[in-house]
Amino acid sequence: MSSTEKYTHESYLEHKGKYKGLLGWLTSTDHKKIGLMYMYAITVFFLVAALLGLMMRIEKIAPGPTIMDAQTYNGVFTIHGVIMIFIVVIPGLAAVFGNLFLPILIGAKDVAFPKLNLFSWYLFMTGAILGLFSQFVGGDPPDTGWTFYVPYSAESSTNVIWALSAAFILGFASILTGLNFIVTIHRMRAPGMTWFKMPLFPWSLYATAWIQVLATPIVGITLLMVIAERVLNIGFFDPALGGDPVLFQHLFWIYSHPAVYIMILPAMGVVTEIFPTFSQKPVFGYGAIAISSIAIAVVGYFVWGHHMFTSGISYWSRWFFSFLTFIVAVPSAIKVFNWLSTMYGGKISLKPPLLYAISLIFLFLIGGFTGLTLGALATNIHTHDTAFVVAHFHYIIFGGMGFAFFAGIHYWFPKMYGRMYSFRWANIAWGFLFLGFNVLYFPLFIIGLQGMPRRYFDYLPQYQTGHVISTIGAFILIIGIFMMISNLIYARKKGALAGPNPWKGVTLEWKIPSPPPLENFDEIPVITHQPYFFGDTNDED
Amino acid sequence: MSTHPTHNEHHDPEGSKIGMWLFIFTELFLFGGLFLVYAVFRNKYSAEFHHAAEELNAFIGTMNTVVLLVSSMTVAMSVTAIQKGNSKKAIGLLILTVLAALIFMVNKYFEWSHKFEFNLYPGSDVVKGLDHGEILFYGLYYMMTGLHALHVLIGLVLLIIVIVRLKSGRITKDHYSLHENSGLYWHLVDLIWIFLFPLLYLIT
Repeated sequence: MSSTEKYTHESYLEHKGKYKGLLGWLTSTDHKKIGLMYMYAITVFFLVAALLGLMMRIEKIAPGPTIMDAQTYNGVFTIHGVIMIFIVVIPGLAAVFGNLFLPILIGAKDVAFPKLNLFSWYLFMTGAILGLFSQFVGGDPPDTGWTFYVPYSAESSTNVIWALSAAFILGFASILTGLNFIVTIHRMRAPGMTWFKMPLFPWSLYATAWIQVLATPIVGITLLMVIAERVLNIGFFDPALGGDPVLFQHLFWIYSHPAVYIMILPAMGVVTEIFPTFSQKPVFGYGAIAISSIAIAVVGYFVWGHHMFTSGISYWSRWFFSFLTFIVAVPSAIKVFNWLSTMYGGKISLKPPLLYAISLIFLFLIGGFTGLTLGALATNIHTHDTAFVVAHFHYIIFGGMGFAFFAGIHYWFPKMYGRMYSFRWANIAWGFLFLGFNVLYFPLFIIGLQGMPRRYFDYLPQYQTGHVISTIGAFILIIGIFMMISNLIYARKKGALAGPNPWKGVTLEWKIPSPPPLENFDEIPVITHQPYFFGDTNDED
Repeated sequence: MSTHPTHNEHHDPEGSKIGMWLFIFTELFLFGGLFLVYAVFRNKYSAEFHHAAEELNAFIGTMNTVVLLVSSMTVAMSVTAIQKGNSKKAIGLLILTVLAALIFMVNKYFEWSHKFEFNLYPGSDVVKGLDHGEILFYGLYYMMTGLHALHVLIGLVLLIIVIVRLKSGRITKDHYSLHENSGLYWHLVDLIWIFLFPLLYLIT
């Protein structure tokens, strides 16, 4: 460490195990180190996929080919989607902050199965590297989009099998992480921590983990069937061989829609930790937030058909899936009201984590309402497969999950590394990110409504204004991302010591030194009151 | 709840069992996807499914079912034996289980190779000439029994690890979590076969 200041205790970062250096990290079963290893890997993949996204935007700055041809564009949007969905967003918050903070928040020394946890990371890396191979081994990069729709994915001559295997293995890693977290939450809560004295981030991880365990195997077997279709010519989903392509869509979305909740539930959990801390006030409606996580997981399991309104499913299935799609908006809205009510009347301190968390509400609302536009049967026909969909899910996934990740990293950074970043630069980076984000994605709603299809590399001249504005936004956003990351890297090296509790938080992670010692707690704490209890002046609920 | 002070020495048999059950759920969902596809196509092509199933050897299928059922019994008995502290008996019963698993795999090998002799495998010229429903039946047959056979092999490896650990005394009367969970896994392998057998062999 190059800084002159040093913290006095030995933290998990300096702890020497059997091996030193990199090997020490690669063999460590410490949940915090595994969380950091996920974070570093995911950050690298995120930057790669973000730059690919920027290339797509540059391509679309004018009609016709500008920097790539149509086939390259198909390859780029496929790998952008595969990396972002399967490598970055699905594991993202759960694997990084879940690993880093779940055991601490429930007063445990580690997860239930530390070795399995490390094994999951290796599976994750194997899947991620297979995904990269799909770009470079003989043959062309896959061009099916991240959804792998058959019959095309069974016929395309590109390296689809590599991408399918990558997604399969990443799914397996996700299942094992979920399994580990469920057992951890059931078995390792500190004495006195009943279910309703557990902080809300663990609650959201619990709901997420159940979706991971119960939904991911379906996509696993589906991807295996597509592989069998390609290798063995079986034709489960190929109408020419008697199969049924709509069946593939059902099986794919049975997982991939709940996967959206795998992404967003931990994101909601992270900001639910942030609002009370920066309002210095207990969270409003603790029970409602906890139960709404479970409700989202349960109802979210049964809405997959809303991806298929134009695929030729029956009237009553469309009615049913549309109805449930509207229902699932209710628990999400409950959370939003609770966050706002938590801030109401609080001592608000607008530090960077809260700034990101508030902008999450703003972006998530836009994403959520446009989701209802898409979930309604009539408007879905008009907007299906247009840039409107692209804008909607970026508002949810990037605006929701991405901004929650940024909020989380700014919230827990002083705990993870024991050092504080510059608030000034964090705020400036936030400005670029928030502005760039909206300039990038909002025009896509408009040109989508006007009829701009998604995944097209070319377009009619009337859409150019929207595309140009959007591309400008992409540059602003990328600048913001690099600014934010530089600020954090600098703080990691040279930041001032943060102390154990820079935000005056009250959950368990703020009661131990920063960075935490290897085993988190010298003595396992005994829990006597609600998790968001700010002294005597406030009510306990 | 963790009471052990040192890292990585957290022992919680109850937790391990919950973990195993969760893993079994995921396996059931994995096969559930195949059962769903089976249901859809059997409904669509019921006549062809019945016709194609006639090619399957119900005798070998029945034999394998009996073999697996017996092996499930022996593995359960061996868990009871170790709970009573009789590790010799536990080892003996597990060896019987492993033998049963081997018999199952040998039968499977003969069954598959017999079909390969007649060119009844996915993508072969013979299969390509069949009706759509029959192609799908064979596709599902190979995929479901193949995936199941893979699980038999994984179970086999687990059981052998348990035998080795029983011999070296690392699995004891008070510490038999791995033994019990491997037994659970073996029951899963058996359970899935109990569904595969009638769906594939007995629908003629």
